[in-house]
Amino acid sequence: MRFLKVCAVVVAVALIATTSLAIAGETLDTVKKRGYLIAGVNGGVFGFSMPDEKGVWKGLDVDTARAIAAAVLGDANKIKYVPLTAVQRLPALQAKEIDVLCRNTTQTLTRETANGLNFAHVNYYDGQGFLVSKKLGVKSAKELAGATICVLPGTTTELNVADYFRANNMRWRPVVIEQTAELSKAFFAGRCDVLTSDLSQLAAHRATAPNPTEYVLLPEIISKEPLAPVVRHGDDQWYDIVNWTVMALLQAEELGVNSNNVDMALKSQNPRVQRFLGVIPGLGKDLGLDDKWAYNIVKQVGNYSQIYEANVGVNTALGIPRGLNDQWYKGGLMYAAPFR
Amino acid sequence: MPPPGGTYEKIFAFGSSGLLSQSLTVAQEGTDSPEITASAKIPFWYDPNKRAIIYQVVVLGMVGLVAYYLFTNTLANLERQNIATGFGFFSKQASFEISESPIPYSAADTYARALLVGVLNTIKVSFIGIVVTVLLGTFIGIARLSSNWLVAKLSAVYIEVMQDIPVLLQLVFWYAVFYESFPPPRQALGPIRGVYLSNRGMVFAVPQMHPVYGYMALVFVVGCLAVWVLRRWAKKRQEKTGQSFPLFLVSLAILLLLPLATWLVGGAPLKMNVPRLVGFNFEGGTTLSPEFAALLLGLVLYTAAFVAEIVRAGIQAVSRGQVEAAMSLGLRPGKVLRLVILPQALRVIIPPLTSQMLNLIKNSTLAIAIGFPDFVSVANTTINQTGQAIEGVGMIMVVYLFFSLSTSAVMNWYNKKVALVER
Repeated sequence: MRFLKVCAVVVAVALIATTSLAIAGETLDTVKKRGYLIAGVNGGVFGFSMPDEKGVWKGLDVDTARAIAAAVLGDANKIKYVPLTAVQRLPALQAKEIDVLCRNTTQTLTRETANGLNFAHVNYYDGQGFLVSKKLGVKSAKELAGATICVLPGTTTELNVADYFRANNMRWRPVVIEQTAELSKAFFAGRCDVLTSDLSQLAAHRATAPNPTEYVLLPEIISKEPLAPVVRHGDDQWYDIVNWTVMALLQAEELGVNSNNVDMALKSQNPRVQRFLGVIPGLGKDLGLDDKWAYNIVKQVGNYSQIYEANVGVNTALGIPRGLNDQWYKGGLMYAAPFR
Repeated sequence: MPPPGGTYEKIFAFGSSGLLSQSLTVAQEGTDSPEITASAKIPFWYDPNKRAIIYQVVVLGMVGLVAYYLFTNTLANLERQNIATGFGFFSKQASFEISESPIPYSAADTYARALLVGVLNTIKVSFIGIVVTVLLGTFIGIARLSSNWLVAKLSAVYIEVMQDIPVLLQLVFWYAVFYESFPPPRQALGPIRGVYLSNRGMVFAVPQMHPVYGYMALVFVVGCLAVWVLRRWAKKRQEKTGQSFPLFLVSLAILLLLPLATWLVGGAPLKMNVPRLVGFNFEGGTTLSPEFAALLLGLVLYTAAFVAEIVRAGIQAVSRGQVEAAMSLGLRPGKVLRLVILPQALRVIIPPLTSQMLNLIKNSTLAIAIGFPDFVSVANTTINQTGQAIEGVGMIMVVYLFFSLSTSAVMNWYNKKVALVER
């Protein structure tokens, strides 16, 4: 019977050891102790997250993750990137394989409730569109009845396109392939008439096409796609850090602080700038971070305008104007809450 | 002379099943030997029989405890993260389209129906795949043993090449071949009237629905039953009288002529559902999609190479003397193969063949790489749209376990049937 007793004790210890979960501050402590951030990213969307020819990760989502690492660890390069497919991304976050998901993920009600996730401030306002070959001679999405459409499985895109065709009473055939690269290869080889995705991704696909000028975006935008970094429910401190990191990128742009002038800005007499950069201490401490957190973000990664123009802006291969992603005072939707 | 206290049988029982039967023997004998009866009063923890039961109960209890712990712990954690649980999503609207389905399906249907479509697609590709694989594999396996040098070498090359290239690579290759090498639908190739080849797949004309086809199917089933009865009768008659019956020809006639007669009686409908190019794509007819074709081709070519080796091994396992003996009895080569070689070879072939069939079913999950909506593909989409990964993965496990166990059950039954009957 001693055997049984031993077993009972072992089971009891195991029970206590494994049930401690989601205590506030847990993620921050884990990341600090580990010494690097684990970020879930997209494996291959040019301009958002994709390794360049030297194997260095580049893109808007990658820079968002770098900003989080800069804020938390003081070093934007202390990141391990985990490329995830659309289907893998949410389970990977739920299962704690990653600390944060920066992978053009649309904020929806279901994901915030039934999936147990929280979306931080939006880092890119997108919408879903259609990319077609010019040879088809199609001018509007309303002419797409009977078309074969390439779409990524497990995305809001997949649901939107089904809704759109149902609403317009048109028939269509999907071709769903899980790997983004395989999907765009199939489209450019002519397996589908249409490729549908978020406009930013379509621009990225077109930029990597064998002959980009042969493809055209249709005018219809059939959905709202607010893309934002995602964290798990239950760790409010970590959510605050990610949320305010995105807002710090926006705030820096609003204050006119960028990676080139940030050291000069430290001497600024503007109290808003002083509070933001930690010259007047307090904000960083409230987040559980160093007071230099925002300084580190701007110094090492830049402000939102800088990362936008470097990755997806008009001077890049994607050439997407700011549009909805401009600051609120310039007619866009980007709006950081007050830093005080 | 029987030993004291029992018969020879008891001694044997003692010898064969060890300590366990000792106490049974003791209990039966009771009064015969007082010393042994006394030992029956020993405390139960020294009784190996009862102790064995206690150990098993303890182990079972611990496994149950661990399972219970994992289950409740998972539930508690999911609840803490506010993640939904249970199968309530079955009755919710799926809202996503599926590219091909044997039953009518639209985005307005439920998740349960979407998953059923996935199951049916997996069954479709697995069933057709297994039938074609066994036929092709048997053919190549026999060809490998051919006395024709070229035929034997060609099959050897086929087997070596196909076995050694990973099946995922083969699938992606065939898929790329289909969509890269065929023209877009507006320039589709039309080798025969009513058949069009394009990068959307092969579209071909099918007979327009007519009630006669239903009756033809019914008659065909009746024909199959008739053939089965006829076969039994012919076998019995041959065993009794030695007279043989032209079974093959008669069966063929029954299976072909009966449906044909039904068709003629039903007014011989000839109207075909011919595909036409409308807008982007063909309407009407039936489509063999590049995804399905690539998946089927990849799985069949890969698995057939293994089956061919199994068939070759099975045939070579039959000793040469058997063939020589059969030939010296004056049997024709066809009958030697059918009556002497195959019944013996099958005993060697069936078990590894079953394992290859299971491999094919499981490899069909690679469909996800080339966009064929098999069960895993639909379940994955469901997982992602509902966020309920545990339920989804659980379903995938149950469904494939069911497929594999049913296949094994059928093959084990067949294996018993062909097994050597020892007399």
